[in-house]
Amino acid sequence: MGPVVNIFGHMISMPELFGQLLIGLINGSFYALLSLGLAVIFGMLTIVNFAHGAFYMMGAFAAYFLLQYTGLNYWFALLLAPLIVGAIGAIVERLFLKRLAGFDPLYSLLLTFGLALIIQGLFQNFYGASGMPYAIPKQLTGAYNLGFMFLPVYRGWVIVASVVVCFATWLIIERTKLGAYLRAATENPTMVRAFGINVPRMVTLTYGFGVALAAFAGVLAAPINQVRPGMGADILVVVFAVVVIGGMGSILGSIVTGFVLGVVEGLTKVFYPEASNTVVFVIMAIVLLVRPTGLFGRAA
Amino acid sequence: MAEAALAQRPAVSGKTVLSVKGLQAWYNESHILHGIDLDVREGEVVTLLGRNGAGKTTTLKAIMGIVRKRLGSVVFDGKELIGLSIDRIARHGVAFCPEERAIFASLSVKENLFLPPPISKVGAMSVEHIFALFPNLRERLSSGGGKLSGGEQQMLAIARILRTGARFLMLDEPTEGLAPVIIQQIGRTIAELKREGFTILLVEQNFRFASTLADRFFLMEDGRIIDAFANTELEGRMDRLHEALGV
Repeated sequence: MGPVVNIFGHMISMPELFGQLLIGLINGSFYALLSLGLAVIFGMLTIVNFAHGAFYMMGAFAAYFLLQYTGLNYWFALLLAPLIVGAIGAIVERLFLKRLAGFDPLYSLLLTFGLALIIQGLFQNFYGASGMPYAIPKQLTGAYNLGFMFLPVYRGWVIVASVVVCFATWLIIERTKLGAYLRAATENPTMVRAFGINVPRMVTLTYGFGVALAAFAGVLAAPINQVRPGMGADILVVVFAVVVIGGMGSILGSIVTGFVLGVVEGLTKVFYPEASNTVVFVIMAIVLLVRPTGLFGRAA
Repeated sequence: MAEAALAQRPAVSGKTVLSVKGLQAWYNESHILHGIDLDVREGEVVTLLGRNGAGKTTTLKAIMGIVRKRLGSVVFDGKELIGLSIDRIARHGVAFCPEERAIFASLSVKENLFLPPPISKVGAMSVEHIFALFPNLRERLSSGGGKLSGGEQQMLAIARILRTGARFLMLDEPTEGLAPVIIQQIGRTIAELKREGFTILLVEQNFRFASTLADRFFLMEDGRIIDAFANTELEGRMDRLHEALGV
């Protein structure tokens, strides 16, 4: 036991507290990346992308395949896996989702849900339910001694990478010309087309980009969790709760909520471990009762 | 009035910019346009008149490609527009300012103004020139698009399509719901745009407003053109117009 702190009458060792905080931040990093992708897709396409977990899993598998069959390491995978999986996403949008534009969002929800089941089923068929290991890249092995705790280098890297990618995405959407097109097309796609902008192509690329974010998260996750067909389905349930809490389609909301809920989950593990798996859903229920549009959502 | 004098100047005898023949259009199953024929020559202001529901807005939207189901022919600048997508039509140089103005609330005034990408380097109005036409916009650049008054929204909606290099503007009811002093300002602006050689197809309920600006009129009823006349023939048609428009 290291130094002990007294919080609300709980005696907790500092390393344990910071350890859980760290795990919370790591989980939050994945929640943020995944819910951000969902928010980007929902904002532009009004599609609740239930295939998001499957694309996350495909990102991890893409990293695994790249290493296994082409010898390309983690750093290449970090770049290539989102490109490959994002391109697959763009094809899915062109082939399937596009046909459902204008229908009730329920149809695309069911379509992506079915796609996710098919993709997961296929991977499970070929690779089994158990995971395959993916080694931490050697540049990121080891740990920093922060004095009060050890911080594994790879975990620190995941947090930094997630924060940077989330912030860059926010910057693009809120502060650039391209982002202005996206926001405008979210509001009134017909009018944006009447200015000469090819909105259907933008929609396809937006879906591809949201999917690429999921795949990027998948590559980050590969060395932490094992590469497993079911990895996406597991995390997606929590991520949807995060999206509901943050407010569907809110970019900043999804990022902030992702990190905060990861930390809340981690702290719950310290103070009341029994509730750590349900705390996110309890918060979701409360938010839905008090603010149905989510913490950052605007009323429709 | 300066506008009136300007409008009564003989129409520029330029080439035909827009030629619409036998245009029919549907919203879902309802047949709205039953064969529209009209033409607009370079440098003209042409106004579509008609009661609510006569098909004026639908005509503009069908030209723009926003109404998808359409038949007939719309030739703009020598190119057939039927069959082209909205964004292709826009890039050919057709600019549309809708009745609801469609200012994006999630974008700042500046972002709204600079949103439409240039379609031509020739003929685009400079930002300074736009601010000279609409001085209010300069002060409101950092405001949110949703925070503007109706008049400011209308000015922004027109300003935004002047920057792109499009020389043919379709304006749908630019005076609707605005105060008289703002209507005057919009009127002066349209007269100024005409002076600068823009070609304008205007839909207007405000007949008095249109009569000071337009070179020619088309009168619509039940999705058809029932009359066409020049500004000089206006006097002789007053009774008929009052009857047709119910004013």
